[in-house]
Amino acid sequence: MVKMSGSQALIQGLWSEGVRAIFGIPGGQIMPVYDALYDSEIRHILARHEQCAAHMADGYARASGHPGVCMATSGPGATNLVTGIATAYADSSPIVAITGQVAKPFIGKDAFQECDTIGIVTPITKYTLQPMEANEIPEAIKKAFLIASTGRPGPVLVDIPRDVQTGVSDISIPDKVEVRGYKPHVKPHPLQIERAADLLLNADKPMIWSGGGVIIANAAPQLRAIAELLLAPVVTSLIGKGSFPENHPLSLGPIGMHGRPEANKMVCETDCLLAVGVRFSDRSTGRFEEFCQDASIIHIDIDPAELGKNKKPNLPIVADVGIALNELLAAIKRKLAKREETAWSKRVEEIKEQFQNSSFGESKGYQPQIVEKIREILPSNGILTTEVGKNQMWGELYYKVIEPRTWITSTGLGTMGFGFPAAVGAKVAKPDVPVVDLAGDGSFRMTENSLAVCVDEHIPVTVVILNNSSLGMVEQWQRLFHDRRYSAVKLSGSPDFVKLAEAYGAQGFRAQSIEEFEKVFKEAIKSDVATVIDCPVAPEEDVFPFVPPGRGLKDILYGAESA
Amino acid sequence: MKLNEKLYTLATIVENKPGVLFRTANMFRRRGFNIESISVGTIEQDGLSRMTITVYADEDTAEQIIKQLSKLIDVIKVNVLDEAEIVKRELALIKIQIQDSRALTELTNYCNIFRNRIIDVSPDSMIIEVTGTPDKVDAFVQLVQGYGIREMARTGITALQRGSKK
Repeated sequence: MVKMSGSQALIQGLWSEGVRAIFGIPGGQIMPVYDALYDSEIRHILARHEQCAAHMADGYARASGHPGVCMATSGPGATNLVTGIATAYADSSPIVAITGQVAKPFIGKDAFQECDTIGIVTPITKYTLQPMEANEIPEAIKKAFLIASTGRPGPVLVDIPRDVQTGVSDISIPDKVEVRGYKPHVKPHPLQIERAADLLLNADKPMIWSGGGVIIANAAPQLRAIAELLLAPVVTSLIGKGSFPENHPLSLGPIGMHGRPEANKMVCETDCLLAVGVRFSDRSTGRFEEFCQDASIIHIDIDPAELGKNKKPNLPIVADVGIALNELLAAIKRKLAKREETAWSKRVEEIKEQFQNSSFGESKGYQPQIVEKIREILPSNGILTTEVGKNQMWGELYYKVIEPRTWITSTGLGTMGFGFPAAVGAKVAKPDVPVVDLAGDGSFRMTENSLAVCVDEHIPVTVVILNNSSLGMVEQWQRLFHDRRYSAVKLSGSPDFVKLAEAYGAQGFRAQSIEEFEKVFKEAIKSDVATVIDCPVAPEEDVFPFVPPGRGLKDILYGAESA
Repeated sequence: MKLNEKLYTLATIVENKPGVLFRTANMFRRRGFNIESISVGTIEQDGLSRMTITVYADEDTAEQIIKQLSKLIDVIKVNVLDEAEIVKRELALIKIQIQDSRALTELTNYCNIFRNRIIDVSPDSMIIEVTGTPDKVDAFVQLVQGYGIREMARTGITALQRGSKK
């Protein structure tokens, strides 16, 4: 027990959780914490908007696997975090958000900058805590990190009244905490594992659908071993890209609305689907009723509520994906030494051959080429984040992710403006690898103020803008489904992005051709200042193939003429 | 209630602290489930409360409700009570108008038949305490409706499983 303030206890608690960087913005009701931070070795990165602070913490978490921390003051500071917290919640990313609150005597009195932060974030957090005495802070922090980072990860918010931050008390930092109602079920039932192995081994056309849960559980090696033993092709969800190397002969890429056609086609043919760490998102499956109608589905997930939520599996297994895949691999190994080439594995080769180098839409334009060029130049451990829109979908289709945690994108919430601050967070977590944000002009303008953070804090990330002067994805939908009635999609009035970058003290380039792009991109990723590469592209270049909303995965459109 | 729906009674043990009822009820709202009745009170263990929640749902929805409830960190345990092995009670306080002495006599008789208690009488009204299954409360309310119910408070269902099973 040592006499200290609540704020000092908070900083010590964060330090003992391994926190070395915090993304945030100070303000009236969190100033005692910032005062304590002054004496600490924790790096504080001053975001220019709290939404970016939350996305940075999220990017940090996804790149590193450790919880990211963001901090804001009460009222507008806290409410600005909301989009970032909801994004992390939708994608099961572990962030801990710390917010200041007005002093206890003012709570409920509509004090200046008071808002019911806990009430606002309850539906978009895994848990919330509000310590009401200084000596409750260390335990609250420990609980926050435990809950955020274990089981199915997610955001946890800790709201601390100002007088609790300043309160001085005899405080000790606990080594361990118990949360009575929180016991994630991690061990799979052995009989279910045996049954899963038998189902997969007896199937003629086994297939694996791998999701974000595999990346979270660091279970990519086990997944790969199972796929190779079974000669089962692997498809992923959008967030699951990187859970299986996409340059592997058994990889078919992501399924879904803008998934690879070979993946969507083959998932309609499988007779036994092993779905691991996925939540059967409608964007992945298309119409639930049509999805894998004739296949038996084995679903492994740590969150019991995901099993049967959207699609009833034949064999549901609640477990930590890593442990379950380890045991499944052992069970398969006991029953199978090596599998020779099958009709199904030949079909995989065939279909890959058919689609790998084909172009979709009217022309294989400039945008897919840029995306492929980024892949060609970035090392396999280089990190690509994306914004939301066409840029993301081109990334999904054309960017082959090799290693886990090198593809960071907002899938569940689909948050425009996510990619750039997430790239900043990822670069803080992994300063030695190049980090690139694949952006659209619409998304980039939502959080471009993170350029100031990059320059100020020497965080050299590269932003590649596929600049079509429009809200391109919406425009594409209006073209295809709203009879070309373009409503509010033209983004005129954007600044010159090269000059904008320079105005911030960053580096700006314009690339008009793939050759120019290659040259400046190589320079950018080696540069020690943040770089924006503006690539003016045609707005009419649509993203194909495309499974229209509300349809099954077999109804793929390859171009506008089939829409 | 739709054709394939039935009544589920969920005995939900939760942490007794601020915000838990909000978080629990909000889960139902957020996921589009409807609470039929909910009653909350402390239990034999310190720091815990019991929420008795009833819902009409089909089997899949009920399963999802139970899983989503169990997922809440402040929820310690969710038990689905076996409808055949359940003791259910509801308390209602009903304030009824007394028009004349005949009404008074009749209402007093009804209370005896239903084994209710008259807990307050004033010159022109009385308060009756009804305890029993929700059906019994419904039946009594229907019976006395004609006399003029001035006010009524019902607690919602609370329930326990019979016997030694916990």
